[in-house]
Amino acid sequence: MDKAGLLELYRQMQLIRVFEDKSAEMYGKAKIGGFLHLDSGQEAVCVGAVSALNADDDLVTNYRDHGYALARGLSSRAVMAELFGRKDGTTGGRGGSMHIADVSKRFWGGYAIVGAHLPLAAGLAYAAQYQKTGRITLCMMGDGSTNIGTFHATLNWAQLWKLPIIFLVVNNMYSMGTPLSVHSSLTDIYKKAAGYGMEAMQVDGNDVMAMREAVCDIASRVRAGNGPFLLEAITYRYSGHSAVDKNTPRPASEVAEWKTRDPIVRFTENVLFKHNHATPEDLAKIDKAVEAEVEDSVQFSDASPLPDRSTLYDYIYRTPVANMQIDGSLIKPPTLLKK
Amino acid sequence: MAEITYAQAIAQALREEMKRDPNVVMWGEDIVNYNKGGSPYGVYRGLPQEFPDRIFDTPIAEEGIIGIAIGAAMGGMRPIAEIMTVNFTLVAWDQIVNHAAKQAHMFNGQMKVPMVIRTPNGFGRTGSTHSQNFDAWFASIPGLKVVVPSSPADAKGLLKSAIRDDDPVVYLEHLALYHRVKGVVPDGEHLTPIGVADYKRRGKDLTIVTWGRMAVESLKAADTLAKEGIELEIVDLRTLRPMDLSLALESVRKTHRVIVVEEGWRVGGLGGEIAASMQEQAFNDLDAPIARVAGLDVPMPYAENLERATLPFAEDVVMACKAMMANKY
Repeated sequence: MDKAGLLELYRQMQLIRVFEDKSAEMYGKAKIGGFLHLDSGQEAVCVGAVSALNADDDLVTNYRDHGYALARGLSSRAVMAELFGRKDGTTGGRGGSMHIADVSKRFWGGYAIVGAHLPLAAGLAYAAQYQKTGRITLCMMGDGSTNIGTFHATLNWAQLWKLPIIFLVVNNMYSMGTPLSVHSSLTDIYKKAAGYGMEAMQVDGNDVMAMREAVCDIASRVRAGNGPFLLEAITYRYSGHSAVDKNTPRPASEVAEWKTRDPIVRFTENVLFKHNHATPEDLAKIDKAVEAEVEDSVQFSDASPLPDRSTLYDYIYRTPVANMQIDGSLIKPPTLLKK
Repeated sequence: MAEITYAQAIAQALREEMKRDPNVVMWGEDIVNYNKGGSPYGVYRGLPQEFPDRIFDTPIAEEGIIGIAIGAAMGGMRPIAEIMTVNFTLVAWDQIVNHAAKQAHMFNGQMKVPMVIRTPNGFGRTGSTHSQNFDAWFASIPGLKVVVPSSPADAKGLLKSAIRDDDPVVYLEHLALYHRVKGVVPDGEHLTPIGVADYKRRGKDLTIVTWGRMAVESLKAADTLAKEGIELEIVDLRTLRPMDLSLALESVRKTHRVIVVEEGWRVGGLGGEIAASMQEQAFNDLDAPIARVAGLDVPMPYAENLERATLPFAEDVVMACKAMMANKY
């Protein structure tokens, strides 16, 4: 990878870090409501994986989706505006934090019911296989989702039909607040794939280069028609499950220990500086641009209008229905046909 | 104009639409290899052999059958997900309610889910977990379209419309109708619009609002009552969501009496919703309270006499109509 590429990986990770810090701050100011699941600490997984995909590959994630959206190139303005519930958000304020999407970039969205997006992702992979588009699907999930029925149903099915899909399990050691050893009979999650005859491996999710290499290799195997693959990325989130969490189940020493393996620091020291790809001045310049971008996203979102009430019924149905009268704000009951 | 069964009508629609559009595929449990293929009920014999690359047996995993169809629909296909009986849709309820129904709206029109969920209601001494009717549940979900054909012509026309529709359509069939109901189906391209009710019989004395198997039972009741001088007008809603009550309201202006007839449970059923909507709009036209004939509010028992007692049939419709004409409501 050339210098520009490496600096781009750095920029994306830094953008995610700063964006997530800012969104937590905005949550504290009540600009953002409901749930807010942050990717802080997991930036290398987002950036490493997404950078290894083709631009027209299909990407599906769970509700911890901001980092994947930013890595996929969605604008920080649109993502922040979505968190603010504004008209210029990625789904016009309808989806919120857990449902960021941009179909023009084949980012099919964040999904909020644990494990429920796995069959959807397999369906996208089936469509690609049937229509011979050459696309593959990357489906990200957390360690907690590997215990639910849809995980097992989808793995079995994907292997059975040799679907072009990568299941990326982001193992951050906790299912919400429940430790891995309490929620999963197998703590090496990648071994679960063996139950379906599926190839799988584990990777250091805090090493962006290892992450990227793994997904590049796997993507070419999957694209060549060798069937699905499960990749387990070992990482750690710095915040609680959602922004409102006090982070209580996790000892401070554990968080501190993981911070010594910070993905951005590691990449900076072990790759950028060590091999003279960048100077501290190069990075300071990027940091400054990232700070400005995130600040701009907040100002943009503050200025973006609230979604109009008259749009409430838009897109419930894509094919119009006879005898259903829609006036923009109200579906009226059918009125009497007077002679 | 050929006379064919309800099952043959479904098979015709499937064959014609699969020939017309290569993106139409179908999968479900035991629809290819089991018995002679063509669904466990022999609805479309020969079709899996005709389209071997487009009709598939699946694992028993309803959340996959529905969920993978949703994803395939997002990706540009027009999948038909077959669920062996409506009872098994419960396993996939999250996929249906949280995903199929919501994708278009929640993602602000960025995607669409053009898929059909085909599944039969039914009974036949199959007991508590295999003899249920969930019409009202599906019909309560914004984002779904729900159709329930009662005749071969509607079975064909609604299925063809459902396959071409860009929204998720729940297409509810009925085991009791597959091979027992015959009817004339127009030749050539026959499409029945979604969201349009139909008169299945014209009459002046009493309006029956119904759908699916109960439209067939109501027609039998009408024959019985005609001999006694009572003429039923039967409005078949055909689509339960979005619901077209225009014919029902037109009819009540004439008959001034309405009974809603449904197979599912009375409490939380659609009868209550339909009665409420109709009295809001036609209160002054009513000469009697709007009555309901519905399934009894009990889990389905196995014993034949008890099973029959919980379900509405033509004789229940006859009794209710006679009571209403005698001002006993």
